[in-house]
Amino acid sequence: MFAAEFEYRKAGSIAEAVQLLADNPDAKLLAGGHSLIPLMRFRLARPELLIDIGGIANLRGITVSGDTINIGALTTHAEIAASAEVQQANGLLAEAAGGIGDPAVRNRGTIGGNLAHADPASDWATVLTALGATVSAQGPSGSRTIAVADLIEDAFATALAENELIATVSVPTLAANQRAEYAKMAHPASFYAVVGGAVVVTMDGDRCTAASVAVGGLTPRPVKAPSVEQALAGTTLTMDSIADATARLSDDLSAAGVDIIGDVYASADFRASVAPVEVKHALLHAIGLAHH
Amino acid sequence: MTTRIFGSGIRRREDPRLITGQAAYTDDIKLTGMVHAAILRSPHAHARITGINTDAAKAAPGVLAVYTGADIEGVLNPIPCAWAIPDSDLKAVAYPAIASDTVRYVGDAVAVVVAENRYQAEDALELIEVDYSPLPTVINPEKSLDAVSKKKQEDAPNNQAFHWVAAGGDTDAAFADAAITVSETINQQKLIPNPMETRSAIASWSPAMGELTIWNTTQNPHIARFVTCLVTGVAEHKIRVIAPEVGGGFGAKIAVYPWEMITAFCSMQLGVPVKWTETRTENYMATTHGRDHVEYVEMAANADGKVTAVRSVVYAGMGAYLSTAAPGIPTILHGLMYSGPYDIANIKADVYGVFTNSTPVEAYRGAGRPEATFLLERLMDKVGDAVGIDSVEVRRRNLIEPFDNNRDVAIGITYDSGNYSNALDQLLGHVGYDQFRNDQAHERDHGTFRGIGVACYCEICGLGPSQVAGAVGFGGGLWESATVRIYATGKVNVFIGTSPHGQGEETTFAQIVADEIGVDVDDVEVVHGDTDTTPMGWGTYGSRTTVVGGAAVALTMRKLRDKAKVIAAHLLEADEADIEYADGQFFVRGAPDRAQSIQDVALQANVAWNLPEGIEPGMEASTYYDPPNFSYPFGAHAAIVSIDPDNGHITLDRYVAVDDCGPQINPMVVEGQVHGGVVQGAGQALWEGAVYDDNGQLLTGSMMDYAIPRAHMVPDIEVHSTVTPSPHNPLGVKGIGETGTIASTAAIYSAVMDALKPMGIGSLDMPLTPERVWRAIQESGYTGNGHSHNHGHDHGHGHQH
Repeated sequence: MFAAEFEYRKAGSIAEAVQLLADNPDAKLLAGGHSLIPLMRFRLARPELLIDIGGIANLRGITVSGDTINIGALTTHAEIAASAEVQQANGLLAEAAGGIGDPAVRNRGTIGGNLAHADPASDWATVLTALGATVSAQGPSGSRTIAVADLIEDAFATALAENELIATVSVPTLAANQRAEYAKMAHPASFYAVVGGAVVVTMDGDRCTAASVAVGGLTPRPVKAPSVEQALAGTTLTMDSIADATARLSDDLSAAGVDIIGDVYASADFRASVAPVEVKHALLHAIGLAHH
Repeated sequence: MTTRIFGSGIRRREDPRLITGQAAYTDDIKLTGMVHAAILRSPHAHARITGINTDAAKAAPGVLAVYTGADIEGVLNPIPCAWAIPDSDLKAVAYPAIASDTVRYVGDAVAVVVAENRYQAEDALELIEVDYSPLPTVINPEKSLDAVSKKKQEDAPNNQAFHWVAAGGDTDAAFADAAITVSETINQQKLIPNPMETRSAIASWSPAMGELTIWNTTQNPHIARFVTCLVTGVAEHKIRVIAPEVGGGFGAKIAVYPWEMITAFCSMQLGVPVKWTETRTENYMATTHGRDHVEYVEMAANADGKVTAVRSVVYAGMGAYLSTAAPGIPTILHGLMYSGPYDIANIKADVYGVFTNSTPVEAYRGAGRPEATFLLERLMDKVGDAVGIDSVEVRRRNLIEPFDNNRDVAIGITYDSGNYSNALDQLLGHVGYDQFRNDQAHERDHGTFRGIGVACYCEICGLGPSQVAGAVGFGGGLWESATVRIYATGKVNVFIGTSPHGQGEETTFAQIVADEIGVDVDDVEVVHGDTDTTPMGWGTYGSRTTVVGGAAVALTMRKLRDKAKVIAAHLLEADEADIEYADGQFFVRGAPDRAQSIQDVALQANVAWNLPEGIEPGMEASTYYDPPNFSYPFGAHAAIVSIDPDNGHITLDRYVAVDDCGPQINPMVVEGQVHGGVVQGAGQALWEGAVYDDNGQLLTGSMMDYAIPRAHMVPDIEVHSTVTPSPHNPLGVKGIGETGTIASTAAIYSAVMDALKPMGIGSLDMPLTPERVWRAIQESGYTGNGHSHNHGHDHGHGHQH
């Protein structure tokens, strides 16, 4: 629990951080530090240089413009959970932020750091995939937009270039006729997602006109569920239609061609079997059919 | 009229410093010239060390020394086991502080680096080259005993540490005659205690004085000094052990570990103070664990559910070495508690202590009694099912009748006092048992699965009479001491041999003093945790601090009151026989307005200008109290759970506790102990468990993987009590530190099995993870109605339970 030796630089701007990244192949960016610092203390990560981006003011903060919520990469989960603007514009974002880890994690951990770390058990990756969010990646030659669904390529692997950092996460607001929910089976130690299911449904009365469904936690990267989405779209949502639709998740998991994660707490078999249950729970909560 | 301070739920005086971060733990202490040690630990669960090269480490920046097993040979004696249970063919494996030829678990010490700072020490650890030749590994205690061919421990063929049998009555005959027999296989999984403060030690050797001072995060500094003397060879009077603020122990800080002995060795070699503080990773691999039993248990009963016999065969994992008190836990503290609160005529406990290639096992909150309670309650449920009567009714038919002064049980011990059926009745009323059963029947028809579990318990606390300690092989006494000094200013210091580390005795012992002699509770300070300033005592564990140590305090106050009475009589120019005492005032009978206060008397005693003939100056007394018997707290707990059959998630909906610890000095402290205990027991039932792979690697080696219960995972715990004084000590107290843990694992497990009863699920291993529950439901053939109404998952922020 004592990190190996490393250099430390505090970057004053995004450009400086990008330059430092370009100049130092064994550098790591330090945001909230909630994933990186433990890895360093276990000596599983041994960066030669830590580039602290924590002081870069324009990587922080939440603005809503039109139908987009822009969240600076360094915004903490706690800030997102507590933001009245976020709660108003997209309640799922606030709810998901408030369910990450525990208060200490939420007070330090950042949305950009979480995505860049690409832990398969991340709540954000699943939720933001279902919401159709994008990130703005900043590199030496400017910025580019990457869908979160494309950003996360594999466990702990992203589409970011070595010298790119996430500057902003952009999330669509929810329309008045949209409902969104996230249900997870949380690991009782870490509260990471063993299985998480995120849904966004567009409703016309009781009828679902469009759906976006993603699952995570059980897969190296979030998996979209087009079969479930298609089964929901155009359907009146009832206990039975939801059960029928979510039963198709196994097709989507097969089609995605990803391994199902299993570990000492929950086997791959179990996770695959309860993933439709979590999606079902999210849907039932989204449309108010869940009993409490 | 003033409220009596004994019995008042005043706030704990310990808390301000603890919750504002001002408490000073061992690791907070910095000594001039202090250097830092880091320990290289075996990555193998069992291997021969075939070579070790420390040259590069010795040459690393800041490194002062590197020591291996060869360096301590002949200097440090092996770590002793202090509980050699008799008639058990006990075989200890040599337990060197640093392994020299064989490592026996992942975490065994192989070398130590001392450097100017800890980072340098850690860097140098990476430079030590060790060649290992791996040997066969066994983790499961039962399989370990079977693994004769593997012969892990040359000193203990067949890996058997001991074989202990206790019996009363004729168990075989009772089973042969029984109308009903039930059996169960119970896996008491290995648990990791997780005190908030990891282990830590600072050793400071003074070559000029020949004195060794050790700051040690221990539950029992006097035992630590005793064992340090045996291991280092430094004479006992030249060793001072200080337990500063100790951040929880739960049994894991009873043992004397190799690590502080290594730290002492380093200081004695280098002549400078050396600090060693365990990382959390080391804590998981190298601080003692709890439980780890594989149990085969059976119960025999008449057709009406009257239990006639209980018997067991228990394989209790000891880990790689015998830790300080380890052999006593599955035996004395477990096998002797097989009667619980029940009248059972024939009892037999058959316990094998077994070496495994895992972290040594020690006491863990409850220590043996949670396991005993669990098997009794599990079997009671099964007898109820077999007879076809409710699980509460079967308990009621077997509870011992109320008694207020000693009751022998078949296993050969004598309970102090009990009213077990009263506790059960109170519990059923508080929880609304009958109503729940009615509701449950309807709910089951609608696909909702809730269950209730009731656990009755009686446990052994207040360890204990020293004569018994000797008879059961405990390598020390079990008396306690107190010295109380009242100064000229009327302020009071209480010096105690026990060593509280979170339990609140700085507050509750001050309440005893204030109650006994009428001083303000804020005028009393309790001093503990330093062998140089406190009288001898055997430590804080086994819920004995208040029962034994508190009794010593009370008796000391009574001595001081008697002395004060003599002085007061002299000052009042009255006959001692005419002096009365009330609320801190001494006065001639009938003349309370002309009183001498305890403060007046203390002043006179300390200045000694005018003392009666034959009375020594000073206002100080000591008591060395050896209790006549143990104490036996009891109670009944109930848990209500709901289960989502879709994903196996269990929600703990309600928890109700009725405990009887005798008179309560501070009900708020009692409630806090029950809360903590219940949650820790819930941890075993639902979340916790040390999992190893086949090579002996701990897979649950961090707080990311090992689930300690957090506040939001449990409901408000409803705490109630009954009061049945113990005749075995002057305060009538029984102990409350472990009751919650002893009852709650059994109650929660029973509730889960009750909820699963419609699926016909017989038994499950703990912890009851969603997967285990879900898998059992799948295998039961239950298909449900597709519309479960209790979605018991952690559903984002707004829906977390």
